[in-house]
Amino acid sequence: MTALLEIRDLKAEVAGRQILNGLDLTVNKGEIHAIMGPNGAGKSTLSYVLSGKPGYTITGGEVYLNGEDLFAMEADERAAKGLFLAFQYPLEIPGVATLTFLRSALNAQRRKRGEEELSSPDLLKRVRELAKQLGIDPDMLRRPLNVGFSGGEKKRNETLQMALLEPKLCVLDETDSGLDIDALKVVANGVNQLRAPERGMIVITHYQRLLDYIVPDVVHVLAAGRIVETGGKELALELEARGYAQYQSEAA
Amino acid sequence: MAAVQETIDQVRRIDVEQYKYGFVTDVESEKAPKGLSEDIVRYISARKNEPEWMLEWRLEAFRRWQTMREPEWARVNYPPIDYQDLHYYSAPRKKPELASLDEVDPEILKTYEKLGIPLREQEILAGVVRPEGERRIAVDAVFDSVSVATTFQAELKAAGVIFMPISEALREHPELVRKYLGSVVPVSDNYFATLNSAVFSDGSFVYVPEGVRCPMELSTYFRINEKNTGQFERTLIIAGKGSYVSYLEGCTAPQRDENQLHAAVVELVAMDDAEIKYSTVQNWYPGNAEGVGGIYNFVTKRGDCRGARSKISWTQVETGSAITWKYPSCLLRGEGSSGEFYSIAISNGRQQVDSGTKMMHIGRNTTSRIVSKGISAGRSQNTYRGLVSAHRKAKGARNFTACDSLLIGDQCGAHTVPYMEAKNPTAVFEHEATTSKISEDVLFYCVQRGLSQEEAVGLVVNGFVKDVLQQLPMEFAVEAQKLISISLEGSVG
Amino acid sequence: MNAPVTTIRTEAEQGLVDAFTAAAPSLPGGVAVTAARAAAFEAFSRTGLPHRRTEAWRYTDLRRFMRDAKPLAPFPNLDLAATAATAGFIAADLDFRRLVVVDGIFMPSLSDLSGLEEGLTIRSFGAVLGEDAPLLPDVLRDALPEYDPAMALNAALARDGVWISLAPGVAIERPLHLVFVSTGESPTSVFSRSRVTLGAGARLSLLETHEAADGVAHQVNAALGLLVGDAAELTHVKVTAEGDAVLHVGSLIASVGARAKISTCGFALRGAVVRNQMFVRLAGADTQAEISGVSLLGGRQHVDQSLLLSHAAPGGTSRETFKAVVDGTAHAAFQGKIAVEQAAQQTDARMMARALLLSEEAEAYCKPELEIFADDVQCGHGATVGTLDDQLKFYLMARGIPAKEAETLLIQAFVGEVLDGIAHEGLREALTAATVNWLEARA
Repeated sequence: MTALLEIRDLKAEVAGRQILNGLDLTVNKGEIHAIMGPNGAGKSTLSYVLSGKPGYTITGGEVYLNGEDLFAMEADERAAKGLFLAFQYPLEIPGVATLTFLRSALNAQRRKRGEEELSSPDLLKRVRELAKQLGIDPDMLRRPLNVGFSGGEKKRNETLQMALLEPKLCVLDETDSGLDIDALKVVANGVNQLRAPERGMIVITHYQRLLDYIVPDVVHVLAAGRIVETGGKELALELEARGYAQYQSEAA
Repeated sequence: MAAVQETIDQVRRIDVEQYKYGFVTDVESEKAPKGLSEDIVRYISARKNEPEWMLEWRLEAFRRWQTMREPEWARVNYPPIDYQDLHYYSAPRKKPELASLDEVDPEILKTYEKLGIPLREQEILAGVVRPEGERRIAVDAVFDSVSVATTFQAELKAAGVIFMPISEALREHPELVRKYLGSVVPVSDNYFATLNSAVFSDGSFVYVPEGVRCPMELSTYFRINEKNTGQFERTLIIAGKGSYVSYLEGCTAPQRDENQLHAAVVELVAMDDAEIKYSTVQNWYPGNAEGVGGIYNFVTKRGDCRGARSKISWTQVETGSAITWKYPSCLLRGEGSSGEFYSIAISNGRQQVDSGTKMMHIGRNTTSRIVSKGISAGRSQNTYRGLVSAHRKAKGARNFTACDSLLIGDQCGAHTVPYMEAKNPTAVFEHEATTSKISEDVLFYCVQRGLSQEEAVGLVVNGFVKDVLQQLPMEFAVEAQKLISISLEGSVG
Repeated sequence: MNAPVTTIRTEAEQGLVDAFTAAAPSLPGGVAVTAARAAAFEAFSRTGLPHRRTEAWRYTDLRRFMRDAKPLAPFPNLDLAATAATAGFIAADLDFRRLVVVDGIFMPSLSDLSGLEEGLTIRSFGAVLGEDAPLLPDVLRDALPEYDPAMALNAALARDGVWISLAPGVAIERPLHLVFVSTGESPTSVFSRSRVTLGAGARLSLLETHEAADGVAHQVNAALGLLVGDAAELTHVKVTAEGDAVLHVGSLIASVGARAKISTCGFALRGAVVRNQMFVRLAGADTQAEISGVSLLGGRQHVDQSLLLSHAAPGGTSRETFKAVVDGTAHAAFQGKIAVEQAAQQTDARMMARALLLSEEAEAYCKPELEIFADDVQCGHGATVGTLDDQLKFYLMARGIPAKEAETLLIQAFVGEVLDGIAHEGLREALTAATVNWLEARA
């Protein structure tokens, strides 16, 4: 069986600085992988390299999404192939209603996949349903995307997009940052509902807290740009107890 | 908004640099010889069968114009215009009088059809099924120097609204035209307005009597077709006490290598409690990417809020022309009158835009609002220039101005030149301006959600201009949105 | 240049032509300076005095304000010059190093040149010109627009001023105070030119004051060049407090090097007509600039603060704040332009101009301008014109504060936003006190 995501010996740099140093990772369908690590280990870089953010240079290695060469695709093509990045800091777009944005994104992906576009009434119905599940005020859908949203609202909105776009691989970058415990539960609940046999997830986080709510199958420790330890969900608890100091000294 | 999608589709269908309206219509035309002289002014006046006073008015303007100098203060550069190398009159050759639309040259009707203008009055009158909810718009179509057809005459007449080519109004309602023509933009106002006064050939005339709410949108489509022809239209709109009218204008021209001159004058007069809403979607040919060809759009537009509580609102979407020089303004004379200016000005390629408004607070408790969105791309220069002034008696004058500029690419310029002049201590003026570029992070966010780079730019730009688009009547808003995306094509590297 | 060619000269313009013709042979300068003076005057005589249609001078019509040109100030009368000892009242209680310029001539005898700090050089500008050093080095030239009539006249006619140089890396703790005084008992034209050069990493605080007696219609044209080296820091405050008949045209021309910081504030307190123009060019990368102005006007005063700020290199940050309080039949004007050149990516510039109108016949003119040729920038400006906030005033009155006092408090707060940014505590207090005095005199 082809792995959902296969990363081999990935090396990448930004602004001339090497951040990823030969990273290997395989994510199969249905699995949730947590990636933990100290600040500066390369966690966000990994999420940006996978999603194709400009400014990152791949200096080695290869990545396959469902067997297809990820680096041969533009960022929007990767999205259409089912790669979704939940941003740590979702961006604001003044004047563009959330619903407009959702429609544009969904239909752009559908067109790229040669699928029928979703009609406006169908889309509205679907979005309303999801909004209800995530406790999102329908009024928010009319407001400009993320403009004036609280931290919790922005993260819920990310989750809503994820649910609507039905990606194959979700990369959640520090989804817990800036959330209080109630908002965290709502978002985690939304994410958990998306767990499916065909879908894989990478949950990037600094703290173990999030993993109480989104329980991973595998936990990896990322330090100095490579995976330095892999274990079960209990590894997260160990890390919480002993901290990252050990990896930082190893890296140094 | 489905329109975003339409916009994107539209962009896809059109090749880069393919100006959609760049076709030439093959109609026989009758032209005045090149050049400008008293004889040409007499010729134009005679072609229009104008009354003697009108000829005198024109001649006075012409003499005045000869003593004037072309203005140089705007941030625009162009080679000297040879005013003797232009035709000042061009008309499709036709029967002297048209009995009905059927007699309009079918070639011209085809042109307007290509432009998407609902000119076929008879179809509508004959009760041809229209899509539900479609609003009716009365259209006056001006082809080079003459108005070729005006629709819905009968229905408007029943409401008491006069909507006809100004050349016709000069013959049928000379007293009205004489009373108001030049009363807002005086003959000697500025170089281009004076030139227009001497040689204007046609344009629209609207008179809405006291208490009448015009039953439909009025619209004029302007088309420059002939080579080496200047277009000098003159529009005059008078809204009587308590009346309301919404007027739209659209402009296109064929793609030509030579620059063509367009120097229009628009005068609006609003009496007590009257409201005029004037919307423009200007899409004259902008020239090619190297800056060859394109229309010089030197336009004087001014509204006079003469009556108490009157209101004039200008909305413009400027995407075309090689050079745009226009400042739709409001004279706020009536107590409690208000003026608005909403503008989207987009420049790409080598376009130069110098546009803005003047809000002159003269009466007491007058208010004004300015929202300007400038977008510069390519190697273009885009300037907002505006004046807000409070005269000594303008107690309680209020203005709010917001000017935002967006830069796409590092070869263009965005400039903001506002003037605030207060001679009354109770005036409150507020001005805000920002200039920024589209954030790379925002673009990446959109692209990560599956939008292409161009779609992402289109989306962000449409969000940027939304406040202004909302001011346009629905049909125009959709068209404007398409235009915006088309005119930014090729701006994303 | 917007001005059309003048063929007919006004009386003032003719006066200036005559003055230059008479004075030229005796002005300090070698071959190059003499040629530069002639060229500057030639440029001036082509365009004449700026007027309403000269865009950069739109609100200060010198053709109207200068009916005639006063005779050039003679070498200062030493008896009168002694009165300069009491000038510079703003800093009376502050231990600044006083450098006195009387009627355009630097007076070492009236200045405090004792115990000069190491690396600090102070000379007469006239002496420097005598060595044929340029009137304006190229880097300062770059800060100016193509042509400015006040600078042209100054170049042609300035005889002297102070020339200050600070060696690289030197930080001077004791601020310098340039005391400019016009002493003539009958009206004169006073031209002066000064320059301050800071080597890389040097630090200096500078106060500049201009004074003259009431009732004498001097015409003062003072230019100050500031060359701020890489990573240097300069703070500068200029106070115009000349007599009620004086016409003051002041120009500040600054060029700021990489990573350097400049802070300059124009404080306009007195004078019949004041045109305070600042030309600042952020020439090096990653500079920081704070540029501000306060104008307190009453009676028939006319004060025009104008700014041309050029961001010429990447990464510059600038904040511009201008406040005018306008009483009587006074006219306040502000013309400010932020120009961002194509190279100046990542510029962050914000300009705010506000005018407060206190009387029926007060007038305010404001033109805040952005000219932007770089795309990766954050630029903004705001401007307001209005009167005191009635609701705030009412709130204070409801707490028992009398109306006039409430106004004073609010105006102080309005101006305070700029004054609070003055780094030197003593000077900040002195300017605040001057504001309070002005407000009390008004009440």
